[in-house]
Amino acid sequence: MEKNLVLIVLLAPFIGFLGNVFFGKKAGKGFAGALGTVAVAISFALSVYFFLQVNQTGKPIAVTLFDWITVSNFKLDFGIVLDQLSLLWLLFVTGIGSLIHLYSISYMHEDENMHKFFSYLNLFVFFMITLVVGSNILIMFIGWEGVGLCSYLLIGFWYKNQDYNDAAKKAFIMNRIGDLGFLIGIFILGSMFSTLDYAQLKAAITAGNVDTTKLTVAALCLFIGAMGKSAQLPLYTWLPDAMAGPTPVSALIHAATMVTAGIFMITRLNFIFDLTPLVQNIIAIVGAVTALVAASIGLFQNDIKKVLAYSTVSQLGLMFLALGLGAYNVAVFHVITHAFFKACLFLGSGSVIHAMYHEQDMRRMGGLRKIMPITFATMMIATLAISGIPPFSGFFSKDEILLTAFHANIPLWIIASLASIMTAFYMFRLMYLTFYRDFRGTEEQKHHLHESPSLMTLPLIVLAILSLVGGVISLPFGGSWLNHYLAPLFNGSHAEHHLGTTEYILMAVAVAGGLIGIGMAYAKFLKGGAVPKEDHEMTGLAKTIYHKYYVDEGYMALIVKPINGLARFFRDTLEPALSQLVFSLGSLANGLGNLGARVQNGSIGLYLFAFVIGFSVLFIYLFLA
Amino acid sequence: MSTVLLIFYILSAFTLATAFLTIYSKNPIHSAIYLVLCMVSIMGHYLLFNAQFLALVQLIVYAGAIMVLFLFTIMLMNLNKEDEVHKPRMTRYAAVIIFILLCGVLTYVFVDTKPIMGEYDVTGQDFQSIKVLGKVLLNEYMVPFEFVSILLLTAMLGVVLLSKKEKSTR
Amino acid sequence: MENILNHIGIENYLFLSVILFCIGVFGVLYRRNAIIVFMSIEIMLNAVNLLFVAFSTYHQDAEGQVFVFFSMAVAAAEVAVGLAILVAIFRNIGSIDIANLKNLKG
Repeated sequence: MEKNLVLIVLLAPFIGFLGNVFFGKKAGKGFAGALGTVAVAISFALSVYFFLQVNQTGKPIAVTLFDWITVSNFKLDFGIVLDQLSLLWLLFVTGIGSLIHLYSISYMHEDENMHKFFSYLNLFVFFMITLVVGSNILIMFIGWEGVGLCSYLLIGFWYKNQDYNDAAKKAFIMNRIGDLGFLIGIFILGSMFSTLDYAQLKAAITAGNVDTTKLTVAALCLFIGAMGKSAQLPLYTWLPDAMAGPTPVSALIHAATMVTAGIFMITRLNFIFDLTPLVQNIIAIVGAVTALVAASIGLFQNDIKKVLAYSTVSQLGLMFLALGLGAYNVAVFHVITHAFFKACLFLGSGSVIHAMYHEQDMRRMGGLRKIMPITFATMMIATLAISGIPPFSGFFSKDEILLTAFHANIPLWIIASLASIMTAFYMFRLMYLTFYRDFRGTEEQKHHLHESPSLMTLPLIVLAILSLVGGVISLPFGGSWLNHYLAPLFNGSHAEHHLGTTEYILMAVAVAGGLIGIGMAYAKFLKGGAVPKEDHEMTGLAKTIYHKYYVDEGYMALIVKPINGLARFFRDTLEPALSQLVFSLGSLANGLGNLGARVQNGSIGLYLFAFVIGFSVLFIYLFLA
Repeated sequence: MSTVLLIFYILSAFTLATAFLTIYSKNPIHSAIYLVLCMVSIMGHYLLFNAQFLALVQLIVYAGAIMVLFLFTIMLMNLNKEDEVHKPRMTRYAAVIIFILLCGVLTYVFVDTKPIMGEYDVTGQDFQSIKVLGKVLLNEYMVPFEFVSILLLTAMLGVVLLSKKEKSTR
Repeated sequence: MENILNHIGIENYLFLSVILFCIGVFGVLYRRNAIIVFMSIEIMLNAVNLLFVAFSTYHQDAEGQVFVFFSMAVAAAEVAVGLAILVAIFRNIGSIDIANLKNLKG
């Protein structure tokens, strides 16, 4: 019974995918949307059921489906584990997933390929669930590749636009670099322990006698995988480009779920990272730097979705900072709250874009507050949450990260604080530019403006409420539910911070920082009424940052150009040389053949001679030799 | 030296000589006639073995049918002139060398197999009279025998088809 | 009934057959006239037939003679078809010199 239910959690979205693939087009848009949404909702309902069960008993549900790989002493089962961590992920993947499916019904209803969209989305959810619930790293890898594929398909969903296709390819290739690292990490672990099962790995590692050097290399490789999937420096550039996909996709895949897979992986394998402090330091530094760099780029972006994308990268950086400092539960907490408010922000921006006839440039917006009150209100809540203003959820999670950083390393704390001040600034810049003052778009757009239909606002409202109250799962005043819930997963409890004077001061500083950011944005964009300059008017630092520090161009010059040059060298110099060699071999054979053909001149006399001589030789060989 | 051996030697010498002359004559008609003589001498060998049936068949098929065919063909082509150009000298020498080589090799091979010299079995049974052969052919070898008839029929049809003048005049 | 081989000896027939066969081979190689080549082939066939009959007597068994009978039938068919082909060739190229038959050239 339980096994079947577990399977339904996994397979419901897959069935939705199949249904939409085979019948979606014929059955119509309503059916496609309903099927996709219901499939994910079923998963969600069952996830809730299992979550309640595990929360009560504290015992993970493990189901072994079949023996998968058995090669000499390497053995792997195909199994599903529903423990505290995977259930948490399941909950928000399927929960936010169903909300976004619901939203997409309305958002995509004008698209002729709606069934395709929903089948991709369902496939994505299926792979994401696979990633989360697998009982070993290899199953996680299947899901990992699967979500990468779906991400590619969905970014390039409007495949008639070549830019979007390029963005999809970029995302796929960048991820591939990370995936290679992940794969190598898996191989190293497999060769070290002859198993990839989480439980067995954990037992083997905690038993001691582990080659730390090898383990460090493995952990580093795994982190490279996480870097690719979760868009950390230096592999982050695909994520902003991934905004080419439809907005619900950005919300689901590139904000709430898929990009947190890296964090999931590191949290899942925390017992490995605990033993490799070097890699932990690298993670922390990479995370902090990513947070700062991405936030600074976000300051000057004018595309509403690009701002959110950089903010996602920045927040992911903060999560990695927490992971690097060993505060896995804090990272998980931030993943959850971030999923709420970032999904809400993306869906809100989608609502705006929908109203603006697919205009994404904030310089063309403004004054939407009165026309779209629900969108405005929900986005405002989410913005306050991401800016770290109490009592919104983001405050608690971000504050815990900052606290952890402060206790571990002051410079990291400074960087993270700077990043969150910038976050507050650019988020409010976005709000002011979009919703306040006068409308700056065309008359036609102005005429078209409208509040989105209820199918779109309902998910917004739910997500806004969640961003408002999401913090309660881990309140800092002792007795955090989340820490308690996740405790079985981690080695050695990370002592909860006792709220002393320092902590309160830090909180105040963080809030003050957020307020400063908001204040600056207020002064510049609301009071000052500044509108960002047009692209060509930008100068100096602003221009550099607007062009993302020319990172893409740097990659172009450092990697793409040399490779192209090398390719050209191979094509123009090496290949002709090689083919010369090969062709000369061929003409040698040809010449030999011609030489032999001369014997075959059609003269029967000669043939007869050859025949008789051959016959004699054969006789001599057979009977006389 | 028994009479039989003497007969054998004379017959063999005649066989080899006519065979050689078959090849060596410049005029194809002479060749054909020497070949007839050769066949007849081989028939003589068969008679020596008391293989009456084969001797008769040899006479009818080779000396009769096949030779008539050869002569007919030669007449048809009007080849009785001695106009054949000899092969190049090299080729002729090579042919002689190969003749000697092959003779040596085959003789050596057969001598090497060391057949029983001296006494030979005599079962006393009749194994080669026309009556016995007929029974063997039509009992044990009936199917191949029928196939031979089909083969001959096919060959006949083929010959007719081949020698028929084509209608289209090219 | 006595065995003729007691007087002659199987080895004599072996030598006779071999020499006859080699004369046939020699003819095939030596002459250019296709009809003579054909005759040489007949000589070779007869050499083999002769050996068959000799061994038939040697083993006191009819099988060898049956085989000779079949080989004669095949030879007859072969000669008929072969000569017909020669006639056709002669009709087409006006000669049966095998040096002129170069159509086997690849």
